[in-house]
Parts: sequence; C-alpha cells; structure tokens
Amino acid sequence: MALASKDIEIIAHLARLHLGEAAQQEALGSITDILGLIDQMQAVDTTGVEPLAHPLDVPQRLREDVVTETDQREQLLKLAPSAENGLFLVPKVIE
Amino acid sequence: MSNQVLNQGIAETARALRSGAHSSVELTQAYLERIAAHNPALNAFITVTAEQALAQAAAADAALAKGEAGPLTGVPLAHKDLFCTNGVRTSCASRMLDNFIAPYDATVVQRLQDAGMVMLGKTNMDEFAMGSSNENSWYGPVRNPWNPALVPGGSSGGSAAAVAARLCPAATATDTGGSIRQPASFCGLTGLKPTYGRVSRWGMVAYASSLDQAGTLTRSAEDAALLLQAMAGFDPRDSTSAQVAVPNYLATLDKPLAGLRIGLPKQHFANGLNAAIEAPIRAALAVFESLGATLHEISLDNNHLSISAYYVIAPAEASANLSRYDGVRYGYRCEAPKDLEDLYKRTRSEGFGNEVKRRIMVGTYALCAGYYDAYYIKAQQIRRLIRDDFTRAFEEVDVIMGPTTPSTAFALGSKTKDPVTMYLEDIYTIGVNLAGLPGMSIPAGLVQGLPVGLQLVGRDFDEAHLLNIAHQFQLATDWHTRAPADLGEL
Repeated sequence: MALASKDIEIIAHLARLHLGEAAQQEALGSITDILGLIDQMQAVDTTGVEPLAHPLDVPQRLREDVVTETDQREQLLKLAPSAENGLFLVPKVIE
Repeated sequence: MSNQVLNQGIAETARALRSGAHSSVELTQAYLERIAAHNPALNAFITVTAEQALAQAAAADAALAKGEAGPLTGVPLAHKDLFCTNGVRTSCASRMLDNFIAPYDATVVQRLQDAGMVMLGKTNMDEFAMGSSNENSWYGPVRNPWNPALVPGGSSGGSAAAVAARLCPAATATDTGGSIRQPASFCGLTGLKPTYGRVSRWGMVAYASSLDQAGTLTRSAEDAALLLQAMAGFDPRDSTSAQVAVPNYLATLDKPLAGLRIGLPKQHFANGLNAAIEAPIRAALAVFESLGATLHEISLDNNHLSISAYYVIAPAEASANLSRYDGVRYGYRCEAPKDLEDLYKRTRSEGFGNEVKRRIMVGTYALCAGYYDAYYIKAQQIRRLIRDDFTRAFEEVDVIMGPTTPSTAFALGSKTKDPVTMYLEDIYTIGVNLAGLPGMSIPAGLVQGLPVGLQLVGRDFDEAHLLNIAHQFQLATDWHTRAPADLGEL
C-alpha cells in the first residue's frame, strides 16, 4: 500500500495536525519506511490466532459505582489556557 | 562529610544516614552542588527542586533523630519528568506540557515520598517517552557521562545519565519498549522494568497504556530491590494494576544460584550479534556457570516481528492517548486561533515534536477503517505469538539472558535522520514489553571503555528471582561499581 502526499494530508487532518510542505514530504518518506517495517508482519500466517490486547490477558476489574473523586473544579480550571465563570473558553463555534 | 559519599547507592546511603555519619540535609546539599556543577554539560535534569528537597531532607533528619526512619528515609532520588508531581512542573520533555504544573502526585511519587525519600528534581527524557537516544526532548539532548559525544540511551536518558554521573543515587524511569533497560546498558547501570501491572501507572503521563511500566535505574540490584519494595503493589486508581501480593525482595537476594537454568535465545546470539558485545556477554554467562547455573539454547521464533508489531500497537495507543492535548484544558495553546479547528491543529503542531507527530500519524493510519484488520488486529495476533514463545521457553528455563542492546552507546546525531534505524535499536527489549514480562539490564563489562548490559527476563511477577540472580552476579563481579572517569573528582 504505497502512500501518496494526499494520504499524509488526510492522516494529518484526522490526527488534527497541520504539516507544512516540507514536513509533509519528510513524513511521507519516514512513514513509508515505517510501514515497510510493519509490513514484515504480513509474512506470518496468523489464521486462528486470538488477538492479545493486553499482556495480562484478563478482563478489567469492576468497582462499586460510587463517587470517589472530590471536587477539584477550581484547581483544575487554573491549568486552563483560558477559562471564565467556571468554563473553558474556546474560539467561537456557533455564529 | 567527604564527597566520596556521593559514590554510594541507596543501601549504603541509608546505612550512613542511620548511623549518623552525616545528615540528609548535608547529603542533599552535596548532591545539589554536584547537579549545579555538572548538569549544564549533561542536561540530565529538566527541573531541580532544591528548596523542596532541602525541606524534605530536614523532615527526614527529624524522623531519623526520633528513630522513626524506614529503609529509604532521607535518601535522595530523581523522578523521570513524566511522573506527576504536585506543584512541580511535569513536562514530559514536551513543549506541550512546558507550563503544566501537575495538581497531584503520581502513586509512585507518593509512595516514595511516604517512604521518606528526598526528590532532587525531574529528569530529562525523550518527549512523551518516544525515543531510544534522548535526542527528542524539547529541552535538548542528554549527554552520556561516559563520553559526552554519545547518547545516554532513551527514553529514560536523563534518569540514567544522572545516576551514572553521581548526580543522584537512584532514579525512577519508565519502560514501554526498552526505555529503562537500554539507557541502563548505555550508562553502566542496573535497570529494572517490572511486570506489567506490578507498579501503578496512575499519574504517569500515558504513551502506550498496554505497554507502559514504571521501574528503576540504580547502581545495584540490591538498590533496585529496596526501591521496588516501596513502589510495587496494587493501586485501585490504576485500572490495570495487578492484585498480586508483593514479596519481600530483600529476603531472597542471597539465595544461591545452584541449579539455575538459563535460556539463551538462539535468535539473539545468531549472525548479526556484534562480536564486541558478544564477548562480555559470554564472559558474564561463564560467571553464572561458575555459580552453579546451566545454559540452555531456547528459541523465540517470532522475536524478529516484535518491532513491527510494536510500531503498530504503541503508535495506535499513543494516537488515542495524545488526543487529549487540544489546547483547551491544560498545556500549550497556540496564539490567536481563528476557529476551533485552527486551535486544535496549530496547538498540536506547535506543541509536539517531530517524532511524536510521526507516531501519532502512524497510529492514526493503523486504526483507520479498512486498515484496522491488516495492522492493528494482525499486530495483536503477533503479540500473542510472541508471548506464547516466552511461555513455552519458561517451561524449560528459569530465566532468559542475552545482550540488552545491539551495540554500546552510539554518537549523538548518528541515527536521527532515519527513524527505522533508531527503532531497530530495541530488537532485544521490545518483545518483553509486548509479553508484559519483567526484565532487567545489569552491567556485564566494558568495550573500549563503554558499558555493556546483560538482559535478564523472568516469569510474570517474578521480580524477586531476577533481583536475586542479578545480586548474586554483582557479588561475584564489580562491573556495576564502575563509574565514568572524567567528571571531576568525588
């Protein structure tokens, strides 16, 4: 599956990245090389092999459905680049 | 107090503090002075927390005076800068988090603080732990104390350089594909990556959540045992934390190795293994034989696919984990965004470095509809084959050994142009992360004045045995006591 410049543009958009012209060319070269490395997997027949999502291979444990977090709203909002009246501020979304 | 005490590891330091030879404040002050003298050249620390360290040291001295000291009280250490530290910048070596002051402590940080340890600062690393040379840091590369023209390894390069240069007696680190073991090998240290789930991930900035594991960089296996004892154990705040009892790691260090069965993966000793590396590794194996161990050839048939599978799984998880950096809630935000999409795109493009962007894109591509089965599912199938190879091997042997890295530390800039060449550096370590097993690297010799690491891989949750094996080797050899020469007299 050979990548084209257009594919890099699409992938970058999906990842919400903006690449300049030069960065896009560099990414095309390096990602093509990486996919070449990855494609070595295709040489092995894995028919019937159950995928392993997690090394411990056990289901996630459950906990009681109770509130454990304390209210840290003010403390966390202080980390925001822009906040007002208890809200995160972003550029206008709706005209 | 002679500066010679800065040559001491955790165990000796703790003994000296308890005996009253010097105070924790005096010791902390001496480390801070050494950091001030050498960090400008090495760039091992991103943040030095001098004031806080001296306050913690004073509290430790008070505890020591009252006879309330534990085995780690008053001993200084440094944390890799991806462990959240309440009130102290946690940057992950990224411009994205350059202004991020964590509002809480990671479980690892909390536990070591509760044990009375003194935090000297936060160490440099590859951005978001993505790298094998510590050249991908927003704060610049770290230099290897053995030779400043060489890399210290990565991603925990700052932690490794700091311990090797005697800027701290020990440091925390993390290992997703080799990021503790490879820098340990390059800097002549004992590096321990515990079993996945052994140490809490809570408060660690996430890279690849099914692989990330916190561990230690120390001067000896005994020191690693002391630190792991305080770090390990179930944490309800980490959804994949293992509910497995933590043994007393010190209690089994002295067990003799007679009858130990050592497995040597034939793939790791095949053509292609650097002869210069092979010689000290074979010599180390002969030491184990003299201690009563036997050597057995084993086969890890699918190990050659571990890098391929890793570079699907880790980037896929990273692309999801790093989607949280949106310029809205915390971290970097671009100037004057014209709309929401511009905010996201420019924030992320300006905030992330090239390797991080590259891995996010590879992961995004691998998870795309249409490629998902060919990449992501296929990689998870390979992951099971790799784990099965280890399971089969451990039916016949007790521990697996081989080189940690294909070479000794390489030159700064020598592999940055070609990511794939850099990725291949992790050929011996990555399979261990995919399988979730515990691994160590211990100093096994010097080649042209540079350290060589021997890798030890154990069964799930069998860190006690690995530490025992490493400790016995360190009783019989002195490679772990070697230090870089040209950093000024201690």
